Amino acid sequence: MTDLLWLIPFMPIAGFTVLVLAGSRLPRSVTGTIGTGTVGLSAVVSMLLAAGFGVKGDGYVVTQTLWQWLSVGDFSPRFSLYLDALSLVMVLVITCVGFLIHLYSIGFMKNEEGYSRFFAYMNLFVGSMLVLVLADNLVSLYLGWEGVGLCSYLLIGFWYRDSANGYAARKAFVITRVGDTALAVGLFLLFTNLGTLQIQELMQRAQAEWPAGSKIAVIAAALLLAGAIGKSAQLPLQTWLPDAMAGPTPVSALIHAATMVTAGVYLIARTHVLFTLAPPVQSAIAIIGAATLLLAGLSAFVQRDIKRVLAYSTISQIGYMFLALGVGAWSAALFHFMTHAFFKALLFLGAGAVILAMDHEHDIFKMGGLRSRMPVTFWTFLIGVASLSALPFVTSGFYSKDLILKLAWSSERGSVWLWAAGVAGAFITSLYAFRLLFVVFFGDRLTRAKSDPGISMTAPLVVLAALSVAAGLAALPEPASGRQAIQQFLSGVLPAAHIRDERTPELFLLLIASCASIGGMLAAWLLYVLFPRYAEGLVQTRAGRSVHRLLFTGWGFDRIYDRLFAGPFLWLTRINRDDFIDLVYEGAAWYSGVFHHLLGLTQTGKVRWYAFGIGLGAIITIGIAVFL
Amino acid sequence: MAPVPIEGVLVLAAVLFTLGFAGVLMRRNIIFILMSIEIMLNAAGLAFVVAGSKWGQPDGQVMFIFILVMAGAEVSVGLALVLRLFHRFRSLDADAAGRMKG
Amino acid sequence: MTVEWLILIPLIGGVLAWIGGRRSSLLPRLISVASLGAGLAMTASLWNASPPVAGRTAGQAWIAEFNTSWIPQLGIGFHLGLDGLSLLLVLLTFFLGIVGVLCSWNEIKERTGFFHLNLMLVLTGIVGVFLSLDLFLFYFFWELMLVPMYFLISIWGHEKRAYASVKFFIFTQLSGILMLLGILGLYFIHGRSTGIYTFDYTQLLGTRLTPGQSLWLMLGFAAAFAVKLPAVPFHSWLPDAHSEAPTAGSLILAGLLLKTGAYGFIRFLVPLFPDAVESVRLIGMVLSAAGILYGAALAFSQEDLKRLIAYTSISHMGFVMLGIFAWNELSLQGAVIQMVCHGFSTGALFVLAGILQARLHTREMSAMGGLWAVTPRMAGMGLFFGLASLGLPGLGNFIGEFLVLLGSYRVSGLVTAAAATGLIASALYSLRLMQRVFHGPKRDDLTMADIAVRETTILAVMAAVIVVIGLYPGPVLETSKPAVEGLIQKGNPSLTPPGRGPGAVKPGGESSGEMLR
Repeated sequence: MTDLLWLIPFMPIAGFTVLVLAGSRLPRSVTGTIGTGTVGLSAVVSMLLAAGFGVKGDGYVVTQTLWQWLSVGDFSPRFSLYLDALSLVMVLVITCVGFLIHLYSIGFMKNEEGYSRFFAYMNLFVGSMLVLVLADNLVSLYLGWEGVGLCSYLLIGFWYRDSANGYAARKAFVITRVGDTALAVGLFLLFTNLGTLQIQELMQRAQAEWPAGSKIAVIAAALLLAGAIGKSAQLPLQTWLPDAMAGPTPVSALIHAATMVTAGVYLIARTHVLFTLAPPVQSAIAIIGAATLLLAGLSAFVQRDIKRVLAYSTISQIGYMFLALGVGAWSAALFHFMTHAFFKALLFLGAGAVILAMDHEHDIFKMGGLRSRMPVTFWTFLIGVASLSALPFVTSGFYSKDLILKLAWSSERGSVWLWAAGVAGAFITSLYAFRLLFVVFFGDRLTRAKSDPGISMTAPLVVLAALSVAAGLAALPEPASGRQAIQQFLSGVLPAAHIRDERTPELFLLLIASCASIGGMLAAWLLYVLFPRYAEGLVQTRAGRSVHRLLFTGWGFDRIYDRLFAGPFLWLTRINRDDFIDLVYEGAAWYSGVFHHLLGLTQTGKVRWYAFGIGLGAIITIGIAVFL
Repeated sequence: MAPVPIEGVLVLAAVLFTLGFAGVLMRRNIIFILMSIEIMLNAAGLAFVVAGSKWGQPDGQVMFIFILVMAGAEVSVGLALVLRLFHRFRSLDADAAGRMKG
Repeated sequence: MTVEWLILIPLIGGVLAWIGGRRSSLLPRLISVASLGAGLAMTASLWNASPPVAGRTAGQAWIAEFNTSWIPQLGIGFHLGLDGLSLLLVLLTFFLGIVGVLCSWNEIKERTGFFHLNLMLVLTGIVGVFLSLDLFLFYFFWELMLVPMYFLISIWGHEKRAYASVKFFIFTQLSGILMLLGILGLYFIHGRSTGIYTFDYTQLLGTRLTPGQSLWLMLGFAAAFAVKLPAVPFHSWLPDAHSEAPTAGSLILAGLLLKTGAYGFIRFLVPLFPDAVESVRLIGMVLSAAGILYGAALAFSQEDLKRLIAYTSISHMGFVMLGIFAWNELSLQGAVIQMVCHGFSTGALFVLAGILQARLHTREMSAMGGLWAVTPRMAGMGLFFGLASLGLPGLGNFIGEFLVLLGSYRVSGLVTAAAATGLIASALYSLRLMQRVFHGPKRDDLTMADIAVRETTILAVMAAVIVVIGLYPGPVLETSKPAVEGLIQKGNPSLTPPGRGPGAVKPGGESSGEMLR
């Protein structure tokens, strides 16, 4: 049965091929079926394979070599799939969430032109993402890595008639490519120094040959980190993600929330050996994560566009994952990835339903009171918000975030400050999440909203809501080891965090974190339900306005980058459009023209001038001959 | 026959040549220019002859005859051109033909 | 049937096409396609019949050879040789030749016979360059490419064709003469030291030269190759020639003519002057990286579609040059793949630009936009080749660029890192092209037919080749492997630092200097 592994990435890619070649001629129902069905089949195959892992999972690996990709000298990467507990978690989330989002898209996109193009791109995305997580060498990983970037570009710019969408798409591609290039250089460095790019072998060699903290390990890890930062929209390369919301909502749910943006987390987890060899880089990851989760969370708090709130929230939540990676809590990061994939996809899909019901209105302050008209959407959205805010005990987000916070405190690489940032982030998260919920679904009832969408769109919502709650089960302690199930499942791949101090005040931490998220909810309740005037008044003050603007524009990163990079680059290319090097050659041509004219002037047509010239020349020649 | 002093003859040839050259430069009338050229050619011929007699070689006189023939050919072509020019421009002014510059 | 027929076939085909052109305009096209097809088939059969790689040692890489004396008094022979490297390039030549004829099917309406004569003569010259093993013969074919190309641009070109064609002619002719001086210098030095006056490449290989001689002769050769490649700062003929040439001309210029420069570097420059190349290697690599970035930056700012594509060629050929100067197996194989794939991807972009120009009568991108809605097939093709040109993994160009950078990292990490930023720059210009031409709002007055079956077929075949090379480059790499290995042995041993064998263990904690070699 393990021979079926290749089917997992193959199915969506086959779907893509069919849709590209025959797409425009197929009826819509067939297109939707192919697009959704292939991903569904992948999901089925991955579940079949997951059965082989059992509950414990540790150490179980399925590999399959497809063909030799290329072979030059000692560089010979294969197309080869590698499924262990880590990639299994990724594959399951990608295919299942992917399937649900595809299903949702059938309804969401039904009135759009380019229907088959949409499903083709989505299938290509799922295929590339699966190649990324199943790759057994870094070159194949890079193939998937760039593939998902491409699909992200194509889908952000899906509505291509609006130039703004094209701009957002290019911005996303180019900024992530900055990171990708660093990653590529990292690959060159790793191959040149360790002689292989097979991930497992590479990790063993790195461990064997590079002492912890050695300069080369730090540089290699830093380059990989740069790639991860670009893809996962962390500081300072986070600016593309809010703009990426120009794409259709299912795209935002699948690519820019659940899967692609977490590729960076996967990369770091996959090559965690390298990062443990480079403690400064690992600390940098934690700090980046903490800073990102705070800054993005604050930005999310003031956004008006429903999708931008969620986009900043995504950046912030991935910040949590980076924080976890930075303190060595690898499996906690993966756990949060999983729960985040469920509840964030749910929130985006719910937002999509709201947007459709409001005739493509994105401004949350033009919504309100949708609770009664869209009950299914409301209740599922509520579950999503609760999970995002990590409301205690019932939501999966609570367990994953709690695990991260606990380890941020107690792990060897953790500190009180990182923990405090996480707790503050939890408060902010809860604040903006409930703000979104209250503003959109409570308050004055607007009549022009339509009611809940059809079953193909609500079914994914319900399933995702169920998953958002049920994923918390993965946090149940394993009876044998006392560790949480997810940690145990991943323990064969990802080592447990080193605990600094066994006497962690767990209950105290739990209490504080719960208070933070409940406090955030209550604050949002006060500000947006009980005293909405007060929040408005706060923004109207002088300081409030400038703070608001700073947060609203995402801390002004865009402007800085425009000034620093985009502006000068555009200016340079514009003034050099005609290529100043060509001026040298043009200059040569110009001077020979001038010389030609000067010589032409001597041809006066006066025969006596010529005679004079001849005579003078003769005299000079003879003079030279005689006297020199 | 007493030998002709060679220096004197050479000076004479030089003077003649310079006179001819001056004529070419200063005269505007094409006929006079041609005549000045004849003077220059003959000055050169004179130098050849005296040099030939000095070294006792026949080459000097050979060259003089050669120059004579060449001068004749040149004059015939030159005068033909002058005639054409005169028909064209109704003038014997050499500068009038400056329009041919191209 | 041996290798000399590869040169004779296009030559004869060209003459026949010229004669046929007096009867009808269809005849020359058919004759050209038929003869190029025959050449392609012949090359393919040579490829097929070539002994398996294991049977050929690195030293004897020739798949087919032909040697007869031509002007024996001067030591000039008609010496041709085909190894894996030239085989790939000859295949590319015939293939792109066919594409060139097909894509000018409706574009060229005047003097079709003469057009095809010129086209075939250029191809003859190119094939000759790829096969010659005699320096005089090489120079002969090198110049043979030039004149018909000049005619192609100056007769069938666009508005500024006179300027562009003369510029092209002067650049290549001047640099060609420098190469001739280099050839003659080598000829006399070799003749004086051994008493054998010969132009034969295989005999000249081991010529003993003083460092000074070697450097100057090398510069003479390098001038010609660097202009053709083109390397910054000798590139400025290229955008003019490419944008003013007719479609087939641009295709052949970008797809093939530039490769003759790279081929010259690989086949002649480094093996003949290994020490001199070693001494200027870092300069060469820096120039390559500069070319990659400079070409990309210029491409980004262009308004003229064909000019944009032309500048991307400079950027892409920079990778080839980087691979050559890095001179190890990885980087050279990468350069070979990059040459082949650049021929296809840029060639296809020029074909697309030609189609657009035929339909819109302009090359200005401001007159385009939103074409996706009008011509989805063409837009899809444009997207594909744009992505190939930005080096998307899974497509052939990625293999080339990745191998080149991987190989050059061994030589200089910093230069490689700089060159790698070309990947960002290529994304910038490729996506800008997509946006300006195919995306954005559609202009209301814009109506045109989507690409026809003939055009779709051409482009689809080219796309398929790029995909196959991207996912399974094995056959291509295997073909060029013996040739590349043989050439590496001819280079200066210090040019190729040993790669790190698998399993070898290095003591840890090395300095950064060692790491960023």
